[in-house]
Formats: sequence, structure tokens, C-alpha cells
Amino acid sequence: MPAEAKPANPALSARIRKIFPSTEREFSLDVDFNAAPGFTILFGASGAGKTTLLDCVAGLATPDAGRISVGERVLFEANQHEAKARVDVSVAKRGVGYVLQDLALFPHLTVERNTEYGLAHLPRQSRKQRAAAMLQEFRIEHLHQQRPGKISGGERQRVALARALVTDPGVLLLDEPLAALDAATKAKILDDLRRWNQAHRIPILYVTHSREEVIALGERVLVMEQGRIIAQGTPHEVLRAPLQETMAQLAGFENIFDATVESIHEDRGTMLCRITGCPSPGREAGSSVLLETPLIRAEAGSRLRVGIRAGDILLAIAKPVGLSARNVIAGRLVSLERRDMIVSARVDCGVEMDIHLTLAARDALDLAEGRDVWLVIKTYSCHLMKK
Amino acid sequence: MLIDWQAFRLTIELALVVSGTLFVVGLPLAWWIAFSRWRWKFFVEAVVALPIVLPPTVLGFYVLVALGSHSPLGRWWQSWTGHTLAFTFTGLVIGSIFYSLPFAVQPFTASFSSVDRKLLAASATLGASALRTFFRVVVPLSVPGLVTGAVLAFAHTMGEFGVVLMIGGNIPGVTRTVSIGIYDQVQASNYAAANAMALLLLVFCFAVLTVVYALNRRTLDPGAPIQRSWTTGPVK
Repeated sequence: MPAEAKPANPALSARIRKIFPSTEREFSLDVDFNAAPGFTILFGASGAGKTTLLDCVAGLATPDAGRISVGERVLFEANQHEAKARVDVSVAKRGVGYVLQDLALFPHLTVERNTEYGLAHLPRQSRKQRAAAMLQEFRIEHLHQQRPGKISGGERQRVALARALVTDPGVLLLDEPLAALDAATKAKILDDLRRWNQAHRIPILYVTHSREEVIALGERVLVMEQGRIIAQGTPHEVLRAPLQETMAQLAGFENIFDATVESIHEDRGTMLCRITGCPSPGREAGSSVLLETPLIRAEAGSRLRVGIRAGDILLAIAKPVGLSARNVIAGRLVSLERRDMIVSARVDCGVEMDIHLTLAARDALDLAEGRDVWLVIKTYSCHLMKK
Repeated sequence: MLIDWQAFRLTIELALVVSGTLFVVGLPLAWWIAFSRWRWKFFVEAVVALPIVLPPTVLGFYVLVALGSHSPLGRWWQSWTGHTLAFTFTGLVIGSIFYSLPFAVQPFTASFSSVDRKLLAASATLGASALRTFFRVVVPLSVPGLVTGAVLAFAHTMGEFGVVLMIGGNIPGVTRTVSIGIYDQVQASNYAAANAMALLLLVFCFAVLTVVYALNRRTLDPGAPIQRSWTTGPVK
């Protein structure tokens, strides 16, 4: 591709409010952000509103209020209290490239015809040339006569990218474009995408929930949660920020403790936190355990919460040695309770922890209440949350 | 002569004109039913489906009244052409279009509705107008349903009786179709002639349907793995 120096492309700026009334759980999207040319990663769990945000920018969904513009060009504008949008450019005229989550390649058209689809306004000859050049750039020119059903997942992904990029969009939206691919295929496509971005420099909104992709592509990351942008910055800054404690996250952790940061080890990327449990009968209040956790943006003395999934904790009947896991804690088995096909073991090790075991593990270890055990917890199994 | 070839020619002509017209009229109607979000849409759907349950004589009666010289439409036609629509081939075509409407529109609608909306969204983001999306994406992916609709309309018109009798009567070469001819022969106790024409109609309709369904299966076959493939894309 010609890598001539172009004047800087305009940035995308979006202010979007949209409410989805629902009897069960009302969801609202409320975001305000700018995306300069280059990658802007939208990072967050599924259900955070990332796809809805992309749909609004593409025009497939209509915000209740807000303003979406690329440079001087306004794509959408509506006020909260006016029934009709002031500006609402149709999807077809927005010049927004969108690779949908399941790609939506046209199954009845060949790879070549799929790629040419967005070039209907051009004469046949230049349409063919542009498509061929784009297919070559994404290394799939040999597939031009194939139908999408006959090619691999990675190849389909490349076709979807080529089809969106060949139209020279002013903004590119990518909805988890690499989610279903293996690491090697992913890395190659990421390289091609990065190369394309360097040459064209348009705002790219890239949705993912993979930390790996965030680090590989990230120039700037917006972290989304429940329809809001809760943090933004470089991948380094954002991935280190403690997560907001929400019901969604709490639901995933059987063990949640108050924690105080004792010491920070920048060089090792870890910190030590003292965790305290709620006082309970038979155990004096204030007993605590020291845990090694991942390093986040915090200071010694900061008060946080630590969440540990019951399935992430190993249980041993003798003190294990030679492990990579950094937290090995002695305790006493308080109770064993069978729940369907798993056994929930409660261990008192200064705080009380819930550990999930299989039935076979319980039998093999000959576990019984009152037995001395050791708990093994990996550093990265300790999830830190804001209090 | 056992077989009334004139009636056969007339019936096939009628069926071709009707299914052809329904193809042209039915596509936009089916598109609208499949994609409109109008809250009163169900009303239109009910009207389209009405001929399935309505006795042909009822439908024929109202069409006859509407075409007759007492209705505005009938009077307008009469002042325009000098003769009435009732008991003409054109009148027969109009009645048959209403009578076979659901047999064309319902398969069209069903196949349009089964086209993945994500493809329509993708088409729009690639700059395609609704019309271009319709002809380049929706129609090609609905071919089996379109063929089925057109053929059902054709076969249904081939076999209609009540509507023809009400609107067209029994004028040889103008409105006498095969089914009317068969009825006539039975009334006159010419069972051999009735049987010859009935058997021919049976074989003809069966042959048409067989060929179409066989062709439809062939066009579906290579498409099947393709249609499956894009649903195996990344999942959330």
C-alpha cells in the first residue's frame, strides 16, 4: 500500500445516551469520549454495552440523545427532550466501516464479490482493482473465487476486514474481530491490521475482552462497565487500575475480604496485602493473613477488597514445596459440605475461606473436619477491587 | 373429443399470468410484511391470509360485485373500455390474483424473514441502499422461497373452481377453465371425458410440483454448508 504522508484524519467524538427499558433490568448506555486516529480499545465484560455503542456510531441503533461526529461532520445529533433527531445520517451514508461480531459475510457471494460489495459507486474496472489490492494486502488474494463457507475462520476474518476497509471509511468499528481465533492466526491478523492503521490512521474502535489484545494493540483503552466508561488511559494504566466493585463481579467470587496494602514491590509487579475476615464465633476478631497479589495502582495503607474464586484455591494435606504459587497458607478444615457434584470446604486460616473440590479429591485426600490443611493461591487468582 | 384442449390452454395461460403478476406484486408486499414495524401490520397479514379460509364462492361473489356495473370500479372500467369486467378473462385474472395471493406472499415472507438481519446491517454499513440490499442480498438468499411461492400460486390457480364460476361463468375460450369443463362433463354424465381431463390435470400439477421441489432441493444443497458456516463464526 502507498504509505504517503497524509494530513491527519479527523477524530471521532461521541456523546451517547440510550435507555433500554426492560422489566427485569433496565440498561442504559451513557458515554462521552473522543477517539483520535489510531486504535481505541473498548474493554469490558460482555453486557457492558460495547456492541450497542458501536451500533450507535454506525447508525444501526439510534441514541435517545447525544452527538456523534467525525471532525466537523455531524453524523447524529439529538436533544433529550425533542422527539426527532436534528441530524441522523443514514447508515449507508455515514462512511463508517463496521466488522460485526459474527462478520456477516454474504454467504452467496465469492470473497471477491464480498470485497467489492461496498464499491458499487465505482466503475467495474476500478472496483476489481481496489478489491484485488485489498485482498492482497490481507494475503487472501488466492481465495477470491471461494465462498465464505469454504474458507477457514481466520480467512473469513480477513475477508470481513478487507470488505470494510476497501470502502475507505472515516471510522472503523471492530467488534471482537479476533475472538474466535487461535493465538498464531490472531497475531498475524493483528500485524496486518497494525500495518494498515499506520498507513491510514483513522479512528478505530476495537471491542475486546481480551487483555492480550489490549496490550498488543492499545494506544488508548476505554474500560466499560454497565453502559459507562469507568476508566481510560494507556493499557498499562488501565489494566493496573483496581476494578470497580459491582454486583456482577461480586457474584463471581465466593471469597471476598477487606484488605490493606502492606507493601508494594514495583520490581516484581506484586504487592502484599493483609486480609481480614469478618469476626465469627469461635475465632477472635482481627486475625489476618498476608497475601501476595498483583500490583495495581495503590499505595501502602490503601484499603481495598480482594476476591478469590473458591475453584481457584488448591487444598493440600501436607505443606507443599517447590510450587510457583506464592501464597501457601496453613489452616484447619472447619466444615465439608457436598453440593451436587462438588464439595465446598471451609478452611480457617486466620480468615475463613471457601474452597471447591471434586468428590474424588475429597475421597483421595481422606478429608475430614478438624484436619490440618494448606491452601495454595496463585498471585493472579487474587482479584483486587476498589472498596 | 375427450379432452377440451382449449380449456387447458386457457387454464395454463390464466395460471401463468396470475403467478407472474403475483411475483411482481407479492415481492414488495412480502418485503413490507417481513420488515415493517408498523403496529397494525397484523391486520394486513390477516387480510392477505383470508383467501386460505374463505369459501371461493364468497371471495368470487364480492369480486363479482366489485367488478360489476354497480360498483365505482366497474363503472370506471366500463366507461374506459366499453364493456364490463365480469365474465371476461381479465376479470378472471383479477379474482384469481386475490384468491392465490397468500400462496405466493406467505412463502416469500417466510424466506425474507429468515435472512439474517446482520447481513442487512452489514450491507447498509457498506453503503448499500435498501433497494440494493433487497436485490443483492435478500432476494438471492430467498430463491427457494420465491420459487415455492410462484409455483404454489401457479398450481393453485390451475385448480381453482369456485372463483372462476362466480366471476367468469362458463364461456368456452374466454372463461371456461379445466375444472369448469370437468364439472360440465360430470353434469352431462360424460364420465370418460371428465376422467380424461381430471387425470391430465392431476398428472400435470404433480409433474410441475415435483420438478420444482427437485430443483429447489438442488439449489439448496450447495448453499446449505455455506449458510451454516457463517453461523459458526465467533460467538460471544
